[in-house]
Amino acid sequence: MKPILELKNLSVSYTPGKNAVDDVTTDIYPNTITAIMGPSGCGKSTLLRAINRMHDLYPHIRTTGEILLKGKNVLEMDAMKVRRLVGMVFQQPNPFPTMSIYDNVLAGYSLNGIRLKRREKDEIVEQSLKSVALWDEVKDVMSKRGSFLSGGQQQRLCIARTLAMRPEVLLMDEPTSALDPISTNKIEELLLELKKQFTIIVVTHNMSQAARISDNSMFMYLGELIEHGNTTQMFTKPKNKRTEEYLTGVFG
Amino acid sequence: MKDKLFRFVLFFAALMILLLSAGIIYSLVSRSLDTFNEYGVWGFISNAEWDPRKATEEYGALSFIVGTLYTAFFALLICIPFSLSVALFNGEYFKGTKVASAVSSVVDLLAGIPSIVFGLWGFYSVRPIVIALGVNAQGFGIFLSSIVLAIMIIPYASSLSTEFISMVPNNMKEGAYSLGATRLEVIRRISFPTASSGIVAAYILALGRALGETMAVTMLIGNTDRIPSGLRGTGNTMASVIANQFGEADGLKLSSLIAIGLILFIITAIINLIAKMVMKRLSKV
Repeated sequence: MKPILELKNLSVSYTPGKNAVDDVTTDIYPNTITAIMGPSGCGKSTLLRAINRMHDLYPHIRTTGEILLKGKNVLEMDAMKVRRLVGMVFQQPNPFPTMSIYDNVLAGYSLNGIRLKRREKDEIVEQSLKSVALWDEVKDVMSKRGSFLSGGQQQRLCIARTLAMRPEVLLMDEPTSALDPISTNKIEELLLELKKQFTIIVVTHNMSQAARISDNSMFMYLGELIEHGNTTQMFTKPKNKRTEEYLTGVFG
Repeated sequence: MKDKLFRFVLFFAALMILLLSAGIIYSLVSRSLDTFNEYGVWGFISNAEWDPRKATEEYGALSFIVGTLYTAFFALLICIPFSLSVALFNGEYFKGTKVASAVSSVVDLLAGIPSIVFGLWGFYSVRPIVIALGVNAQGFGIFLSSIVLAIMIIPYASSLSTEFISMVPNNMKEGAYSLGATRLEVIRRISFPTASSGIVAAYILALGRALGETMAVTMLIGNTDRIPSGLRGTGNTMASVIANQFGEADGLKLSSLIAIGLILFIITAIINLIAKMVMKRLSKV
């Protein structure tokens, strides 16, 4: 199978000469969930945010190397286009407070100035909300503001908003760390369902979460990719000593 | 013991301020009673005639109320594009940079220039331009005073709007960027709507400043006691008519000027109250 995403010698630095992500080369395959783990400050969020060019928003951050999405280097594409192809879900649920639930789902379209017919809108909203299992809960309160929902519902709304753009890859930066266990559970189940259609990369602090949902795992330490492989294998027989130490709680 | 004394001092100071405000209102009301008895409150407010000649003496505030609203709202209209640009520059595009702090200090400096200096500048520098533009022969009037007034209120409108725009949470903006939005769209659809009530409050406060501004307007508006004929016309605001005429006024005329002062006070108080209410609603969100 061909990888959907290839990272080649990817480095990211906040201050010149000091790489927060250091020379990472690896492949990610379609319809898998990849968990990125590692201690705080190891560069896992920085790596994730490089993939959809979020670093472009901050001029002092430098990204070098290549990120190939289906063979095309995203670092050379138009950043707005990249972000439509590579969706992102954040740690804190961030629905747009001035928009209704309905408009939140369609925010990607309205923000890009794409006009849709009423019927298309209804269809996208219903389909996106159904795919995050939120439709039944909100179908009668569509005109309420996004901030009216609970934290877990808000996060699923944010996932729906991203899915509405039909991205190739879904990036998630600790998507459940601000949520209670029940909401976390729902999101995890959701991810297992979503990987049938999308490729998901999720940064997580929670090792058991990585073990539960991911097919492959990446372990990062001090900006370097230490190990990347099958999750079950990595959790039972890690190849690298530092991976083993991290997973067994010696440090982290 | 010391603690008790300190509390007493604080209490006394607070009470003095309350008494002082009450005293100002009392003297305004009591001295304007003659006028209100003569014409009735509504009769005074709705009458556009201002005729101090003893034989045909008659006083009404309408010309000045209209003049005030005219200049203040026109000034606000001129001020909006400039202060909004400053707010976006400082609160969004160059947030936290040296350029932004330089720009905001310069804008704040505008707030520190005395009104009379603005008046002089308007008189000698802006008036010739207004004449050259062919607005009217003398240059004086609503147009000239609104332009100068607009510059005077820019710092008030922009510094508060900057604050509210820079308060829009970063994760909200990143959420929009992550969906492929451009910076302009993020500003238009996320930053502005989120900060809108704060920005509205900023403009209401700026309007309050414009309504009460006296010296510069008095020097530039032309001082005619009629409802202004339009943007090109001359007129008087409530503040400028008081500044212009209180020195030689007595009897019913003085009482009428004080009544105008009372109305101006009430209008600005209401404007400030509305601004506070809008901001309170914002902080609840």
